[in-house]
Amino acid sequence: MKRFVLRRLGYAVLTLILLSLTIFLFVRVTGDPTVLLVEPGASRADIEALRQDLGLDRSLVVQYVGFVKDVIRGDFGRSFYYRTPVLELYLSRLPNSLLLAAAAMAFSLLIGIPSGIIAAVRVNGWWDSAGKIFALLGLSMPSFWVGLLLILFFSVYLGWLPSSGSGTVWHVLMPAFALGWYFAAAHMRLTRSSMLEVLGSEYVKLARLKGLPEALVISKHAFKNALIPVMTLAGINLVLMVNVAIVVETVFAWPGIGRLIYEGISFRDFPVVQATVLMNGSMVVIVSLMVDILYAVVDPRIRYER
Amino acid sequence: MSVSTAAPSRAVGLPLASRLAAFRTEGFPTFPILILLVLVFTAVFAEFIAPHNPEVGSLSQRFKPPAWIAGGSSTYLLGTDHIGRDVLSRLIFGARVSMIVGFTAVIFAGVLGTALGILSGYFGGWVDQVIMRITDTWLALPALTFAIFLAAIVGPSEWNIVIILGAVYWTRYARVIRGEVLSIKERDFVRLAIVAGCSKMTIMRRHVLPNVLNSAIVLATLMLGVVIVTEAALSFLGVGVPPPKPAWGLMLADGKKGLMAGYWWLTVFPGVCIVLMVLSANLLGDWLRVKLDPQLRQL
Repeated sequence: MKRFVLRRLGYAVLTLILLSLTIFLFVRVTGDPTVLLVEPGASRADIEALRQDLGLDRSLVVQYVGFVKDVIRGDFGRSFYYRTPVLELYLSRLPNSLLLAAAAMAFSLLIGIPSGIIAAVRVNGWWDSAGKIFALLGLSMPSFWVGLLLILFFSVYLGWLPSSGSGTVWHVLMPAFALGWYFAAAHMRLTRSSMLEVLGSEYVKLARLKGLPEALVISKHAFKNALIPVMTLAGINLVLMVNVAIVVETVFAWPGIGRLIYEGISFRDFPVVQATVLMNGSMVVIVSLMVDILYAVVDPRIRYER
Repeated sequence: MSVSTAAPSRAVGLPLASRLAAFRTEGFPTFPILILLVLVFTAVFAEFIAPHNPEVGSLSQRFKPPAWIAGGSSTYLLGTDHIGRDVLSRLIFGARVSMIVGFTAVIFAGVLGTALGILSGYFGGWVDQVIMRITDTWLALPALTFAIFLAAIVGPSEWNIVIILGAVYWTRYARVIRGEVLSIKERDFVRLAIVAGCSKMTIMRRHVLPNVLNSAIVLATLMLGVVIVTEAALSFLGVGVPPPKPAWGLMLADGKKGLMAGYWWLTVFPGVCIVLMVLSANLLGDWLRVKLDPQLRQL
């Protein structure tokens, strides 16, 4: 167990190093980063000063070490647009992103799990076909287009919901639906296949042989076990949602991390873009590490693999 | 909840294998192939089909609704956008942009990923370690964020997008192909080739590559949908295909300007095109997966 955790931890650290190296190198390889990092309209003297400050005259190795040191200290530089430290900006937007992700997740599970169960119980029936169509549409309709259609219908035609901004429960509904849409389809697919697998297992057969009512077999014996992989996926997806939300947040002007990245791009606010990408990437790496370790704790077979 | 009312269904008693088989035997995908053919046709012959110039509009004809709605005219069948450009013509030329970006990015990612997957799997050892660590890192990066980051650095252009999408998505191929190569290289025909004195290069090209090609094609078809959605998202955010060009994602971004005024045709039509294309690619990919490559079914 200890060895597994250590090795997995080693991989995660290596991934984080490669992640920071990728971001660091891409910024420098594609041209002079002062052009990206300097404020629009800066004077020649300012550019020279920044170049000195960044230590661009020194070797790449020295620069990288400095970059990592700054990041570890939580110093991501200052936003040109907001004139505040990037980290502060990031942390002030994070709660909004998490709120949206949590709402989208709740929605995707509320739709995905019941419909997945029904599809599995009535396999090849009418429900199952409807579910398949839903899953296909979910995977094929871009979330931002779903968002635009929602605005068109609920804000423009019906006038029921606000088309952008945040603050009330009504503001969360449409972005959460648009974002959760794709994941609902994914959760439905997994619930269905996981239920099918469990329903074919020996202990479910035994429960049936004992003469338990079918409803009890499904809700108690099958459902609980089928839920494990779905919850794992949901955990990983929660983090992915924060990342995928960029376009949906832009559509609804939702003040989260995604919107921050978009603003960073439109205002050429490069420190913001660099920092948010690094933070989001690290979040994915860390959560997948935690999921792996949790899995190894729950399921001993995994520890001995490889 | 509906679970408690569920009675034992006729299918529950069947063995699992036959139930899964029933799910998987699907007919020839006429619908997706037809749609893709139509899209390829419009992309190739865009100049001859499109009634207007997609990049030039007339400001006196702004926000015209589709022809069948009061105020629309038959000159602009699907209406016009915020600077009076014909929506239909832009959709037709947009098919070309989507096709070019989609296909070249998928091929670029496929060639890169397959080559690295074969090298990694066949050589093993430190080559494998290095390639797989890089693959894992890039897989860990959230694809959309990474693509946006790269696009923000290199600036918007059609070919930059192709390279970025290729650079982001090659990892999916590399992982799967490597796994296949690991089992192929233990097979008798590869051993025979080694005994016969073939060079490693020849073995990889003549004996390994043809055997992983099926998987690569299936993956490529499934990736097509992902790539097209990502391209649309990048263009929508303004870091994809640059503005005067008619890309579907860009049309959606423009359409947002008329959204609150209720100019629905600017939002609905480009989205329908994206969905049709992605849906067709996904359906075709699912069918190919079942037909060509039983090992990939679990993917």
